[in-house]
Amino acid sequence: MHPVLKTVLQRLGLGLLTLFVVSIVIFASLELLPGGFAEAILGQGATPETVAAFNREIGMDRPATVRYVEWIGGVLTGDFGYSYAGLGGSIKRSVTDIIAPRLYNTFFLALMTAIVAVPLSLMLGVLAALYRNSWYDRIVNSVTLTTIATPEFFIAYLLMFFFAIKNKWFYTLSTVSGSTDLWEHMYRAALPAITLTLVIVAHMMRMTRAALINLLASPYMEMAQLKGVPRREAIVKHALPNAWAPIATVIAFNLAYLVVGVVVVEVVFVYPGIGQLMVDAVSSRDMPVVQACALIFAATYILLNLSADIVSIVTNPRLLHPK
Amino acid sequence: MSSEKKRVKGESLLEISGLKIEGNSDGVWLPIVKGVDVSLKRGEVLGLIGESGAGKSTIGLAAMGFARPGCRITDGTIMFDGIDLRKASEEERRELWGSRIAYVAQSAAAAFNPAHKLIDQTVETAVRHGIMDRAKAEADAVDLYRRLQLPNPETIGNRYPHQVSGGQLQRAMTAMAMSCRPDLIIFDEPTTALDVTTQVEVLAAMRDIVEQFNTAAIYITHDLAVVAQMADRITVLRRGLEVEQAPTREMLKEPKEDYTKTLWAVRSLAKEESISDDIALRIHAVDASYSGVVKVLDNVTVQLPRGRTVAVVGESGSGKSTLARAITGLLPPSKGEIYFNGKPLPKALKDRDKDTLRRIQMIYQSADTSLNPRQTIRDLIGRPIEFYHGIKGAARDRKVAELLDSIELNESYIDRLPTELSGGQKQRISIARALAAQPEIIICDEVTSALDQIVQEEILTLLMKLQKDTNVSYLFITHDIATVRAISDEIVVMHQGKVVQQGPKSQVLNPPHPAYTELLLSSVPEMDPDWLTNLLASRAEAKVKA
Amino acid sequence: MTAQAPDIRSVRARRSFLQNVKRTLASAPISAWFGMTVIVIYVIAAVFAPLIAPYGEAEVVGKAYQPSGPEFWLGTDQIGRDLFSRLIYGARNTVGIAFITTMLSFMIGGTLGVLTALKRGWLDQGISRIVDAFLAIPVLIFALMLLAVFGKSIWMLILILALLDSTRVFRLARATALNVVVMDYVEAAKLRGEGMGWIIFKEVLPNILPPMITEFGLRFCFVFLTISALSFLGVGIQPPTADWGSMVAESKTLITFPVRTFPYIPAPFYPAIAIALLTVAINFVVDWFLHKTSGLRDEL
Repeated sequence: MHPVLKTVLQRLGLGLLTLFVVSIVIFASLELLPGGFAEAILGQGATPETVAAFNREIGMDRPATVRYVEWIGGVLTGDFGYSYAGLGGSIKRSVTDIIAPRLYNTFFLALMTAIVAVPLSLMLGVLAALYRNSWYDRIVNSVTLTTIATPEFFIAYLLMFFFAIKNKWFYTLSTVSGSTDLWEHMYRAALPAITLTLVIVAHMMRMTRAALINLLASPYMEMAQLKGVPRREAIVKHALPNAWAPIATVIAFNLAYLVVGVVVVEVVFVYPGIGQLMVDAVSSRDMPVVQACALIFAATYILLNLSADIVSIVTNPRLLHPK
Repeated sequence: MSSEKKRVKGESLLEISGLKIEGNSDGVWLPIVKGVDVSLKRGEVLGLIGESGAGKSTIGLAAMGFARPGCRITDGTIMFDGIDLRKASEEERRELWGSRIAYVAQSAAAAFNPAHKLIDQTVETAVRHGIMDRAKAEADAVDLYRRLQLPNPETIGNRYPHQVSGGQLQRAMTAMAMSCRPDLIIFDEPTTALDVTTQVEVLAAMRDIVEQFNTAAIYITHDLAVVAQMADRITVLRRGLEVEQAPTREMLKEPKEDYTKTLWAVRSLAKEESISDDIALRIHAVDASYSGVVKVLDNVTVQLPRGRTVAVVGESGSGKSTLARAITGLLPPSKGEIYFNGKPLPKALKDRDKDTLRRIQMIYQSADTSLNPRQTIRDLIGRPIEFYHGIKGAARDRKVAELLDSIELNESYIDRLPTELSGGQKQRISIARALAAQPEIIICDEVTSALDQIVQEEILTLLMKLQKDTNVSYLFITHDIATVRAISDEIVVMHQGKVVQQGPKSQVLNPPHPAYTELLLSSVPEMDPDWLTNLLASRAEAKVKA
Repeated sequence: MTAQAPDIRSVRARRSFLQNVKRTLASAPISAWFGMTVIVIYVIAAVFAPLIAPYGEAEVVGKAYQPSGPEFWLGTDQIGRDLFSRLIYGARNTVGIAFITTMLSFMIGGTLGVLTALKRGWLDQGISRIVDAFLAIPVLIFALMLLAVFGKSIWMLILILALLDSTRVFRLARATALNVVVMDYVEAAKLRGEGMGWIIFKEVLPNILPPMITEFGLRFCFVFLTISALSFLGVGIQPPTADWGSMVAESKTLITFPVRTFPYIPAPFYPAIAIALLTVAINFVVDWFLHKTSGLRDEL
């Protein structure tokens, strides 16, 4: 087998294994509670009968392995079970139904951010690396350092204060629904997207700069210079072919960061995404929803890192051209 | 570049005068080169030689009008064929680089771009500067590969840098530098990273091609014997200043300055051989491997007589360092036995008692990594005294002072950290630490190879003195034949995990040799400008005979 | 071969520790000075909170939403507590909890990291695989999930975050220690017959301390921001404990009528600024420290 294919398959296998382990961790977290989840949620005054009834209701009376197989089987077919919110009542709410529209909204926001943030930060990062130690580089360094150190909700409120309250250019709340049309959706999601963009650009720009400086310092770049290759050509011809792996890593890392960033930003702007849903579910201890959200976040995270690794593998000359 | 006039030997090509270069260290600019003149005629090869910190590489790059980031040229003129390189624009310099002045770096593995084929990188300059079209440049590259005696010259260009060996890569880099038939090539320690047997081939190929095209060259190295083969004239540098300058033969015959003589200090050492039958350590038919598959040691038998020095010599991959790991128990042998004073030594480190550990000590190649940078000399030397002999407090400090005295260092060093000492002083501390245990055997793993010649000589002399005083036995692992000559009583030659030969020094160093010993010994450059020529002739002759 | 500075070690006299500190401080850039000043002020505020704060932490001392004035420097919050006093106590609570969490995280992650780097073998394999799985889930998401299961209490919060963060510390400690463990001086100590205790505490630890201290600053910032975010989301530090994250959430409605404070800073911005100022300060100091220790390090 070609080494590239072999390594890619190995990496894919490892990714699947990680997903599997993570799903077990997410499932098992509920089992860790001493005395059981029912007691914790129903309080100490609950009679053994109510606890038993609750456990029956949520299926806790059966062995954990059976429940895991059922749960993961359902997840694989898109069925995340039923929310605790409708528990005991006649109308059971399917977690999938709750999550689906929210997931769309979150991906909409993330995509909007990524389309702006990724090219912008790559460009700014490359410039900072090329004009290293210039005034531009120093200013950018301080600004991004400050941005990284600032909590997302502060940036969000600052933007809201200046662009939605002092100047009424945007709405303070980004409420959208299924009937909102595309342009309106984009307009309403603009402030959360700008907040996320600022945070991502700061992180990503610094990482791009560091990766590029590392690359430009390699002896073969000096050799290219001493061979009389102009700087621009040297960067395109000699640095770029070796840059795909670091760039992919930087992008994946920051998109993964974006996944986490949405939680806080969605809450600030009351944007109906999966992050806000998860926070609400945590408050009401609606475990099926919490677990579904956690699994989706984790899977996105793992897939992003996996794709970066695969890009690194398929652009590695040592693997592409084995001895 | 076809003009006949340009190729005439004797006309001045490069004139550097009053060159001063500074390097930035922690925000402070310190002088690296303090006013050096270099002049070079067409077709002439100049050797720049000096030890670490001499500024030779910096001068070599400055000859191209280039200073590395963190360095700056502060004074002097650099005239290349009538062009003032310091005043020339970036554009003008770039026109010269690659086409008229080319550079061959020390580490070819790092200087080749891993993402491109060798041929693409070889022809890049010629095509870029518009000297040849691509097809012609490729044909020319194949011709250069052939002249440089690369295997499969037609196809080797289609390989990627990681697919060929270090010696081949270094020759490919020379081909790359030659592609535009430059007037001047800077060779920056091109063979330092290579084994001696590979070095011979690369040196021969490089010298040949420079001669064929009558190219001027600056050859930078720390090895006088190597530069003697390559250069017409040699400049000796020390701490950014010129020590002396003379034609090669003249300098080798009678150097004017004492410092120049120290550059081959180790070669002047030769210990009187002494044989003994009292065996302290006997390694018997030992096999060892890392993964359990590939044998790094294959049926190795070596004897170390008491109070004597056995030098284990071989190239990288010969298994000589693995032998040390097998003896110390870090890599327990998979087969065979090690006898210490006639008794079998427990194979694994953890099975050996404290007293056995005390009797076998080790000194490493680099004192920078073998001395903990966070411990003072008192702790470093004092610990074995405390640990093995249970001596504490003031009594221990007295012992440390005694040991410092025996390694010819002042008592005042006791509270210093290793980072505050010079390379030679640090290696002395390593020796004192080993001595503190009062061992019977010390394994010395390339202990002098990271040091300058004069320091090497001092350390070797010290080791010999200590052997006389304490009757300790040395197992001395090295790749350097001059060191072997200087210190050993017996020699073990290793190759690919096997012992090729063991015997008294006089026997091993004198013919008849087994084939590998012959190859290894004959490949060590000698202080004779004709050495390479003679060696190549005799090897060619031997080939014809065969 | 790179350009080498001449050997100036031989002429440099030994300096005492105090002289070194003085020299280092004198060469610190303005940003580092600013950072250090801010950190000192925060530490003083946290330690002496009851002495500095004019009112109690959860004391209702006036009417709700009073503007700032001589009585209440920054005004009062939604139930009439003094904002300035709560801000001071916030330093003690938020910073204190983040500090304890980071300490705990370093104790767990650091010890295991060094131990596995030295021991390798199945222990290393086992722990490393578990940590890899934990690293595959973002801390905030994992913390949210665990808080949903175990409920919201300060000790649970500290424990959960410390455990999650220790996986990151483990990775760094292990990687750093691995670089040290391969050093010849560690091998020399093993050959001497030294025990594990000596090797860890005398050979390895002193050499991984500088990078670990820098990392402590960065991890502290991360933990501190995560706690603030969790509190802001309502699942972290619970009222009535004064905490900057939850203070932002509690007063967030005030952003829409920012008329009562001068010079025109909406109330939720005070605790938010308090958070940002500290993390920026720490980052400035760490940035300087990185440049100091490795000269050319250009990472985050």
